[in-house]
Amino acid sequence: MSFYNLFKHYSDFDFEKRFSNVNEGDIRRIISQEVVSRDDFLKLISPKAQPYLELMAKKARALSLKHFGKAVTLYTPMYLSNYCNNKCVYCSFNANHEIRRRRLIENEILKEGDIIAQTGLKHLLILTGSSRQATPVKYIKRAVELLKDKFESIAIEIYPLHPFEYKQLIEAGVDGLTIYQEVYNEEQYKKVHPSGPKRDYIFRLNAPESACQEKISTVNIGALLGLHDIRKEIFYLGLHGEYLSKKYPDVEMSFSLPRLKKAKGSYFYNEINNKDFVQLLLALRIFLPFFSINISTRENASFRRHLIHLGINKMSAGVSTAVGGHIDQKGAAQFEIDDHGTVNNVKMMIREEGFQPVMKDWVRI
Amino acid sequence: MNKDLIIGGKKIKNRLLTGTGKYADKKIIEKVIDASNCEVVTMALRRVDFDKTNENILDYIPKSCTLLPNTSGARTADEAVRIARLSRAADCGNWVKIEVISDMKYLLPDNEETIKATKILADEGFVVLPYMNPDLYTARKLVEAGAATVMPLGAPIGTNKGLKTEEMIKIIIEEIDIPVIVDAGIGKPSDACKAMELGADAVLVNTAIATSDDPVKMAKAFDLAVKAGRIAYESKLGEMSNQAVASSPLTNFLNEAL
Repeated sequence: MSFYNLFKHYSDFDFEKRFSNVNEGDIRRIISQEVVSRDDFLKLISPKAQPYLELMAKKARALSLKHFGKAVTLYTPMYLSNYCNNKCVYCSFNANHEIRRRRLIENEILKEGDIIAQTGLKHLLILTGSSRQATPVKYIKRAVELLKDKFESIAIEIYPLHPFEYKQLIEAGVDGLTIYQEVYNEEQYKKVHPSGPKRDYIFRLNAPESACQEKISTVNIGALLGLHDIRKEIFYLGLHGEYLSKKYPDVEMSFSLPRLKKAKGSYFYNEINNKDFVQLLLALRIFLPFFSINISTRENASFRRHLIHLGINKMSAGVSTAVGGHIDQKGAAQFEIDDHGTVNNVKMMIREEGFQPVMKDWVRI
Repeated sequence: MNKDLIIGGKKIKNRLLTGTGKYADKKIIEKVIDASNCEVVTMALRRVDFDKTNENILDYIPKSCTLLPNTSGARTADEAVRIARLSRAADCGNWVKIEVISDMKYLLPDNEETIKATKILADEGFVVLPYMNPDLYTARKLVEAGAATVMPLGAPIGTNKGLKTEEMIKIIIEEIDIPVIVDAGIGKPSDACKAMELGADAVLVNTAIATSDDPVKMAKAFDLAVKAGRIAYESKLGEMSNQAVASSPLTNFLNEAL
């Protein structure tokens, strides 16, 4: 059974009914339990659970300390290319947009890598736009080969691949995959991805599982918050995570909670308020406490500072979302970031909160 | 009964071993080791940065300590072996704590793979301390594979639940002749003390110290508890009885002329 079958099982689910029936006693019971069921998870993401955020926060913090200690691991993205064949309505790299398209050549990859490595970062996330033509697997593999002496851990965030392609990249030195479904609601998915290969909802949905089958070390999934009803989206995200972690217990799993940001030409976005955002983050931490939770620089520095205490254990730092953004400032950014702090700024902030910034948490063998 | 703890030919006076993970600040590690007089300190090789770009965890472990690099992150015997070799090549000594874990939810060790890795590394001259699920057959196979100690878990790592596997650990202590170090799950000094009273040769405690509000004080508390437990074990605890001693013994008649 693939995740799609499980997802389908919940596609006509009466969320409103489940959400309406939640009280303080439920929340107190759930946070006193060791095992939190899917049903409990639904209660935690209900609007009716909002008055009990403090209770949830205390539980989430305790679970995070137990699983990850007082430590936050840092990573940074490196954009290799912004060529794209898709027309995602929320993204600056949309093929219709007239932006300067760029793909780093080998020398530029090395140079960009050197600049990032000088900051002490050891965990790198390499990204491309979704174009197999401009950035085939061969190109990504070459980039990994060029970068692996500089970084202990290399994760990819690219278009979805077939299992044999993930295998090639894992053999080249990739240990992590980040892939967001963007939006789990199938109808909405078709709307916001009007054309291009990305319209294939199921192929994208199966991508994390394809990488798990090839024994990748870590998989990070997420939903772009703002494209559809966030409570339902977070439920499907949690369900997806639960499904993968049960079926592939040897893969380290993590969640990202990217809030949709303004991007060039994006006309579609629902603002998600901080309270809802925090509630959903806490619910995920309590439902699947062994999952890492990533927070990117989409969030501002002061908000990220607070989140350190609520259950996040991975953060990006020293970020540019433009291709070659560390070599020069010429490229177009994929989206606006809100924390422009340097790696040292972020390290200092983590220390000020009584946590340890971890620069290396992997060994390539 | 009063035998010294000897691992890999080295006499270890302090029976509390500790780790370096989960701390808010690496600087605390040095103070913790100082307060608890720990001699053996484990650290994940995946956290060791051999470049000069970042502060290195090794700089915070006093030179007098014996390093016990662990293979955290290994999912198979093969991966554990490769991490151990990297560790030795990087001058971290020839001790290794084998952790082979392929369940990220409970982080329980895979005994079968652990035995395989132990055999390979012991043959290569490593002093091997394997972390294991407390199972007598596995413990025997580890001894046969050349392990220097066995390290059965008291409870799943990080849970602070104490000696949930007490009965299995008792059997291993009774049957296995190499040192038995209870690792993982020990949440309170009283848990550590209990493990020592049972006859464990040592305990390894990390989470309970690292995530307490005052790790330095907590390390001291564990040091004292381990010492107390060991002294109690060496002095033989009085037998515990559930019944009062019968006032009219049943076998007294044997001494009487019938």
